[in-house]
Amino acid sequence: MESIGVLMACPMNPYLEQELHKRFNLHRFWKVPEKSAFLTAHSNSIRAVVGNASAGADANLIEALPKLEIVASFSVGLDKIDLAKCKEKGIRVTNTPDVLTEDVADLAIALMLAVLRKLCESDRYVRSGKWKKGKYMLTTKFTGKRVGIIGLGRIGMAIAKRAEAFSCPISYHSRTEKPEAKYKYYPNVVELAANCDILVVACSLTEETRHIINRKVIDAMGPKGVLINVGRGPHVDEPELVSALVEGRLGGAGLDVFEHEPEVPEELFGLDNVVLLPHVGSGTVETRKAMADLVLGNLEAHFLKKPLLTPVV
Amino acid sequence: MAAENQSHTSQSDLPYVLILKPPPSFALFGDHVLDSPRFQYLKAYESPLPLPQFLHTHAHSVQAVLSSGRAPVTADTICLLPRLGLVVTTSQGLNHIDLSECRRRGIAVASAGNTYSADCADSVVGLLIDVLRKISAANRYVKQGLWSSQGVYPLGYKLGGKRVGIVGLGSIGTEVAKRLEAFGCSISYNSRTKKPLVPYTFYPNVVQLAANCDALIICCALTDETYHLINKEVLSALGKDGVIINIARGPIIDEKELVRCLVKGEIRGAGLDVFEHEPDVPVELFELDNVVMSPHNAVFTRESFEDLCKLVVGNFEAFFSNEPLLSPVALDHLPHFSGGKD
Repeated sequence: MESIGVLMACPMNPYLEQELHKRFNLHRFWKVPEKSAFLTAHSNSIRAVVGNASAGADANLIEALPKLEIVASFSVGLDKIDLAKCKEKGIRVTNTPDVLTEDVADLAIALMLAVLRKLCESDRYVRSGKWKKGKYMLTTKFTGKRVGIIGLGRIGMAIAKRAEAFSCPISYHSRTEKPEAKYKYYPNVVELAANCDILVVACSLTEETRHIINRKVIDAMGPKGVLINVGRGPHVDEPELVSALVEGRLGGAGLDVFEHEPEVPEELFGLDNVVLLPHVGSGTVETRKAMADLVLGNLEAHFLKKPLLTPVV
Repeated sequence: MAAENQSHTSQSDLPYVLILKPPPSFALFGDHVLDSPRFQYLKAYESPLPLPQFLHTHAHSVQAVLSSGRAPVTADTICLLPRLGLVVTTSQGLNHIDLSECRRRGIAVASAGNTYSADCADSVVGLLIDVLRKISAANRYVKQGLWSSQGVYPLGYKLGGKRVGIVGLGSIGTEVAKRLEAFGCSISYNSRTKKPLVPYTFYPNVVQLAANCDALIICCALTDETYHLINKEVLSALGKDGVIINIARGPIIDEKELVRCLVKGEIRGAGLDVFEHEPDVPVELFELDNVVMSPHNAVFTRESFEDLCKLVVGNFEAFFSNEPLLSPVALDHLPHFSGGKD
């Protein structure tokens, strides 16, 4: 398979890169100075694209690669792939579901604890030497708080299971109600926001869910409400969120994703009720290896004409 | 004016509760947060008299003492209070109370009971995920603007599937186990006695527990037996992929040895709410990104403090009405802490 051209959209994982290089004819797109010239030159040999949450395969890229057969994403989110175009051209698409579910759910709970219990602030306080002055730091209890989940898919369910162990009552909003879930369903996000203490975004990013967290939702959450985002940056109207936090109209936020990563609104840096992470939802040694193996497995299956492991299209 | 006179008259009939030093609740909510119409406080710290003299003066009035971590109840103090019948502490820990002396004198002790168990367990989970997933370190990284300038942050470690070893399966340990099971962790423990109805694996000693887990959680009381329980041998058994979390008492861990292991990379990381000589913290820890610290505030939530205030007042009111205490401590089998070595 060494002659098969594979285009890796951006750096994502050294092990994956190494293995792709070993097994295929790997092209590292980020190292290419003249991208359109490159695509023209290699349009007949590139048969696969490997993307992730930052870069995938949009309509332009797909059009430029007439021999493209498969897009394998090193992520579960598919918002960087033009799925309609892939369907139209018979291009297969795979992602990495399940293997990262637990890590993302763990992170969501970690962000809830970090914001409510001021974990990062407490750590900073001790490191600064201020403890000797004996000031007490009161925080907010997490156990028993009402958790509202937007999107009750694999990740949403995993978050619910964990929060239940802290006796948190669970409610959710989803495109469709899930009667087997036994949690309280709200038909719209504003109502969900008004009836929970912590609102967590765990749905996929589509045209419908873009800016699903907007001014109305933030207002409904209120000055004690806490927003957790482990979905995608564009789920949140970021300028609205920033002004709500700066003005104290929202109680706090734990964010792993942003609209224009790696740019993060600097107004948030000084807020001790806000925890900011550099998109590490699936960022563990164990899970990234499992994700890489899934990408490699899907590519191998495709080129050996076997059933794909985790097809989306 | 008449009302004031009235309250003064009834005040002098009210029984006294001695406070040696103000409890944390006073600093947070003011001096009257533990007031009750059924008793009054005698505040030793407001008197110009040296303590022994103060106690001598009021010896026969004091039937109860309000204690907290910074206001220990020693044998010397107990000796000077012949009418003492109850010690209520705002803490769950009892290492600052001379339990042997209380037992000998028939003095009842009431603690925070289960008030703090959920918050402590939540702290454990928070600290553990923080250490493994580098939450505080990554938050620092982003807030210093390093994500856009320096790029991708190093990977953390998955919590799911990790083996968790709990030292002390009391009310806090049990709440920790319940939570971590939901994250897919397997639970084992060491306790003074094996608990027959519990589905977790029991290890007869802490070294064996440490050797068989990835995360060692300290949830036991500080007593003479548990002083420096976590020593070189235990840390070595825990190993370089192991993490330790302590929300119990600092002296349960040999801190010098812990610091050495962390600096040398002999264990993966630590989450610490308590230290041997609070508020002094070994400065070597400040350089380490795999250590997450908090200023002994694992129970300092608004909600728990409100619950605690009700409990403290409720215990004193019950005592003075000859009713059963709300959160009595059974002294019969409780081991003692005589202060350890320094």
